Amino acid sequence: MISPAVSRANGKHHGKAKGRAARPKPKAPALRAVKPGGLSNAQLLEVYRAMMRIRVLDDRMITLQRQGRVGFYGACTGQEAATIASGYALRPGDWVFQALREQGVALMRGLPLVPLIAQVFGNSGDLTKGRQMPSHPASRAVNHVSWSSVIGTQLPHAVGVAWAAKLKGHDTVAMAFLGDGATSSNDFHVAMNFAGVFKVPVVFVCQNNHWSISVPTKNQTASESIAVKATAYGMPGVKVDGNDVEAVYAAVSDAVSRARAGQGATLVECETYRMGAHSTSDDPTRYRDQNEVEEWKKRDPIQRAFKRLQSLGAWDAQRDEELRAELLEEVNAAIKAAEALPAPALDTLFDDVYEHETWNLAEQRAELKAASR
Amino acid sequence: MPTLNLLQAVNDALRLEMRRDSNVVVLGEDVGKFGGVFRATAGLYEEFGPDRVIDTPLAEGGIIGTAIGMALYGLKPVPEIQFSDFIYPAFDQIVSELSKMRYRSGGQYTAPVVIRTPYGGGIKGGLYHSQSPEALFIHQAGLKVVSPSNPYDAKGLLLSCLRQNDPVLFFEPKRVYRAAKGEVPEGDYEVPLGKCAVLREGTDVTVITYGAMVHEASIAVDQLAEAGTSCELIDLRTLWPLDIEGITASAHKTGRVVIVHEAPRTCGFGAEISALLQERCFTSLCAPIRRVTGFDTPFPYTLDEEYLPLAPRIRRGIEETVSYEA
Repeated sequence: MISPAVSRANGKHHGKAKGRAARPKPKAPALRAVKPGGLSNAQLLEVYRAMMRIRVLDDRMITLQRQGRVGFYGACTGQEAATIASGYALRPGDWVFQALREQGVALMRGLPLVPLIAQVFGNSGDLTKGRQMPSHPASRAVNHVSWSSVIGTQLPHAVGVAWAAKLKGHDTVAMAFLGDGATSSNDFHVAMNFAGVFKVPVVFVCQNNHWSISVPTKNQTASESIAVKATAYGMPGVKVDGNDVEAVYAAVSDAVSRARAGQGATLVECETYRMGAHSTSDDPTRYRDQNEVEEWKKRDPIQRAFKRLQSLGAWDAQRDEELRAELLEEVNAAIKAAEALPAPALDTLFDDVYEHETWNLAEQRAELKAASR
Repeated sequence: MPTLNLLQAVNDALRLEMRRDSNVVVLGEDVGKFGGVFRATAGLYEEFGPDRVIDTPLAEGGIIGTAIGMALYGLKPVPEIQFSDFIYPAFDQIVSELSKMRYRSGGQYTAPVVIRTPYGGGIKGGLYHSQSPEALFIHQAGLKVVSPSNPYDAKGLLLSCLRQNDPVLFFEPKRVYRAAKGEVPEGDYEVPLGKCAVLREGTDVTVITYGAMVHEASIAVDQLAEAGTSCELIDLRTLWPLDIEGITASAHKTGRVVIVHEAPRTCGFGAEISALLQERCFTSLCAPIRRVTGFDTPFPYTLDEEYLPLAPRIRRGIEETVSYEA
């Protein structure tokens, strides 16, 4: 298991400081310049390993879907730096609200592979009892909250958690992920507004991957950036190269530190790219230019992190091959174990609607069981 | 025992529980310094301060969405939606998120938010200060729906809601906020959820209602008693989970049922009650189950008294049901 280093909990960074966040444009004075902050070689390698792990998992899950073994999958491919480096800035007690592609954060924070994959299969090994589509995991143990498929709705929940932590005098931080499409939703507006007014310790991490299924970001907003929207809510907005692990980490850890110090919310825009389809149900060749995809593939965050580690003398191609093989073996073993698990028991269909079963559910449970004898 | 009106009873319950449980927070539009547009939260801000009695921005989706997060973290939020007519901006948060949190997380997460909201007509509120949207929420698995008709029940039911672990919509009948008065114990007590109250026992017909219409049905039933008709009057108190045993026992006994509610008839809660009773009491029934309800129109401003199923219309519905012969 890879867990966020507790040694970072004091907010001190090791290694060479850097500040690679995109510079704010003159027209957008509210954008914060990110303070230098950095990852040690060991930490960078830890992040890289978590990125690679989700890449390997995603590749296998898409294959499984093509083989008809799982019904659906939403991959993180191309967005691993924005996702993993953001999650890496949190402490174990912090809370995470994912959108479609951030299950790798739960994995990094300690959710084991088998229950995560069992969620994709929707079987009895799934902590959520096979109730949601794939890519909707939840784990109380790592404060990874269940999300619905309705875009943006998790954002006010993150604000509420952060607000409650503040009211209770805890130093917990809530991190809410969203895509560029979610910035058009009413819940984005209310979440940003409440977070601004009540100055709660929440970090919004927008993965601007340029596409909301088939709709490009320019059709979501006329704003010059997503980060600039923060200005209207009275909080800092930061735009970073979302495919640069260190830039993402610097920006997000700065936002997390501000939140923990009682300085309120931040919106971090990670500019990245959805290298694959929206989901396994999508065909992006119908709406986007393949040349664009090829251009972004050259900026693949995993290749960039590899080159960075290589330039630091901390990694090489041979070790990379070994790591990939090791992770593939781990993932394949977990798939084997997860796939072997039975479907959720019939009775679970009626569990967890209420704390105590109501009479109508008791009747319907009996009806189903009688019909399935 | 002090005599309180329904608003004062709600206020009393909130104050009592906020003193007992520091996790209880109240939030909503104008609930703080102003004490709410109906004064339901009057004095709470002064006693518990701005961290526990929170004036929010004007966004119902934000009020409910953030309350869900607060509940996930262990607080007991009691958001107020100023009028139930304004609940629709929060409808997605209630339906997609609040009602399903326990189920979709496999029981790992719960959000026991208690949403208070005044509902119903009779205050010259027109289309947007008069609606009765309770059936929309009963239709959602995972929500409990409660509506008191009197101060004693209002306090006892609200305290019960605040001490259980499912999300609740607590619909307060604003037509009788001040008109409904009664003795309310000063201290702690609970009225159990899921139990109806038989306000009057009778043998000829069962009248099932809730909220403000309990008072209108009472008038009708009193008038009919003088004419020799014995009505059994049931106040549901908890709409969901419905007290199915209570209403079926009464329907079996009288064989005739009239259901009264302010909400529009089509797909209103009366339709569900009617279906449940014909499924369970078919051989006992001597007349079609009758619904006396609001009409299938938007709620009108000027002709609001005509829209509402007030005592004269209820009485006529009961008379026709009692005199029905197959």
